[in-house]
Amino acid sequence: MIESENMKNKNMKSENLESRNITVTEKSEESKELLSVSNISISFLQYTKGLRKNLLKVISDLTLSVSSGEIVAILGSSGSGKSLLAHAILGILPNNADLTGEMTFEGKELDQKFKEKLRGKEIALIPQSVNFLDPLMKVADQVIGETVDEEDKKAKKAHQREVFEKYGLDEKVDDLYPFQLSGGMARRVLVSTALLQNPKLVIADEPTPGLDDVAIQETLNNIKQMAAEDRGVLLITHDINAALKVADKIAIFYSGYVIEIANVEDFTDDGENLIHPYTRALYKALPQNGFNLYKGHQPFHGELPEGCVYSDRCDQNTDSCMKINPDLREIEGKKVRCHRGHRKYSR
Amino acid sequence: MFNYRKVAIFLGHKIVRLIILLVAVAIISFVLVDMSPVDPVRAYIGEMAVSGEHIAKLQEYWGVGQPMWEKALHWVWSMLHGDFGTSLIYRIPVIDVISERFTASLVLMFTSWVISGVLGFTLGTLAGMYRGSWIDKFVKGYCYVLLSAPTFWIALLLLMVFSVYLGWFPTGLGVPAGVLAENATFWDWLTRLILPATALSILCVAQIAMFTRDKLNNIMSSDFILFAKARSEKGWGLIKRHGIRNILIPAITLQFLSFSEIFGGAVLVEQVFSYPGIGQAAVAAGLRSDVPLLLGIVLFSTIFVFCGNTIADIIYKFVDPRIRESESNE
Repeated sequence: MIESENMKNKNMKSENLESRNITVTEKSEESKELLSVSNISISFLQYTKGLRKNLLKVISDLTLSVSSGEIVAILGSSGSGKSLLAHAILGILPNNADLTGEMTFEGKELDQKFKEKLRGKEIALIPQSVNFLDPLMKVADQVIGETVDEEDKKAKKAHQREVFEKYGLDEKVDDLYPFQLSGGMARRVLVSTALLQNPKLVIADEPTPGLDDVAIQETLNNIKQMAAEDRGVLLITHDINAALKVADKIAIFYSGYVIEIANVEDFTDDGENLIHPYTRALYKALPQNGFNLYKGHQPFHGELPEGCVYSDRCDQNTDSCMKINPDLREIEGKKVRCHRGHRKYSR
Repeated sequence: MFNYRKVAIFLGHKIVRLIILLVAVAIISFVLVDMSPVDPVRAYIGEMAVSGEHIAKLQEYWGVGQPMWEKALHWVWSMLHGDFGTSLIYRIPVIDVISERFTASLVLMFTSWVISGVLGFTLGTLAGMYRGSWIDKFVKGYCYVLLSAPTFWIALLLLMVFSVYLGWFPTGLGVPAGVLAENATFWDWLTRLILPATALSILCVAQIAMFTRDKLNNIMSSDFILFAKARSEKGWGLIKRHGIRNILIPAITLQFLSFSEIFGGAVLVEQVFSYPGIGQAAVAAGLRSDVPLLLGIVLFSTIFVFCGNTIADIIYKFVDPRIRESESNE
């Protein structure tokens, strides 16, 4: 009798706890903005002909926010400088890069000192490839990081084993060097490094290229799982399918500008909810949506037109499009960088 | 860790190559000495007045007029019996000269090799760590100056400043003048080692320091350092865990490859400081056509440099896990 009552009590308690937990997570999912980036520009001082200096803007006027439990994808073509945003958030830009604009993390201004404090703890990076691992150090040793003494090492090692186990990496993997890892294994190792420190924000920099479908699905599931654990995820990718599968919001990156931040639901049917002509063109270029090809290419860094960056390819551009570069404006609950946005135009 | 069979096969190949190399070196040295315009008898008697009968005797002793192939055959024959012949200028077996001189030189070379390696690596690491700072500029400046300065000139400068002007060290020789080698104290010997060793290491520092600096700069701008930083590693810990780990193997390899340079430098430095080493003996043997001694020295120094290169190869091939793996997958 007593036993069963105890059990009952326990059950009730745990139920209580569970329900509390659920409310807590729901609450935080709703409101907690983790990272806010506003008007970030990153430029490099470049020497062109002879000693002539040229300021090369790679990211211009980028605004974006990530909340906990949310996956925000930055979608842009390869080599367009998306990774630099990740580096800027972590404070690991090269010395010759010039960063302007504002960033906050949980409401606090994110300066270099704060970044150094947060990185590897509150903010974790999932890098692109196995090249981001020290080629001469065994995998486990390097993901554990520096240790103070034997005890510290043991604790960290145990934790690392736990996380590796979760990702299906057995003990043999611990003693492998990075070059001995297979593609899928390397990906799992890189993903697991992010979770060693229980971060609030995970930045995944191109986590899918070079993987087979199964591995891509696995990686995307891992990312989803992170968001389900109430972490914010910033997914930097050029893979539109991957972004559509997992992201809540998708920021379209074009020639260094974010031209639209759309909700993932907008990428449905005919794409009529997408506002920017480029986003729509991109959506319609997908095989399942018509496979329509649009002429032209993104202007290169340093060759940007005076007006809107998309003006030379846009089918409905106006005089102001050629002269004035539009700001990122809130339209119908979305953010778009287009002059047509404030006018209703035929859909 | 090591694949011993692999190493054994590798060393077997190396030994075959060494034998071929030694034969080639011996032939070339023989031909060069034979073509040398130096008249050994003239070089030996110098300005002394000597009778014609005497000269004829000396010519016979030095083997003037004997055809090269006859000398060569004779030398090879005794070589195969383990006899390196007798030095014509020192009049003792070549092997004795070499063992005595080589020991003295090895001490000198080994000292400078260790000093230059440790110092060069440290300076290079510092310069690479604080890239663009005054330390970096200082190390770079130092290295450029030394790389462009000839060895003997540095040696002469040191000799002038520390021995002649300041009088801190003796000007040269292995032991004080008038003292037998057996009677010289350890201190005597040490004070005579310091300056030559310094001169020799100063020069070798430059190469290893520049190499280390450059390599560290490359490593520090690589992706895995970026990721290590993103995982909150920084400062000396980062350099130690990832920087030095990645430059140590190439740096040690380079240091072993520098055996030939250190040997070449030793010849000049020994000459300037009159240090009784193998370099000095080599110069004497060359200038005075002491063929057996010269050949002996050439063979031994070939083996010496070859050993350095082989060790470098082994480190390169069997220590780096990446190359070790690909070798064993063949």
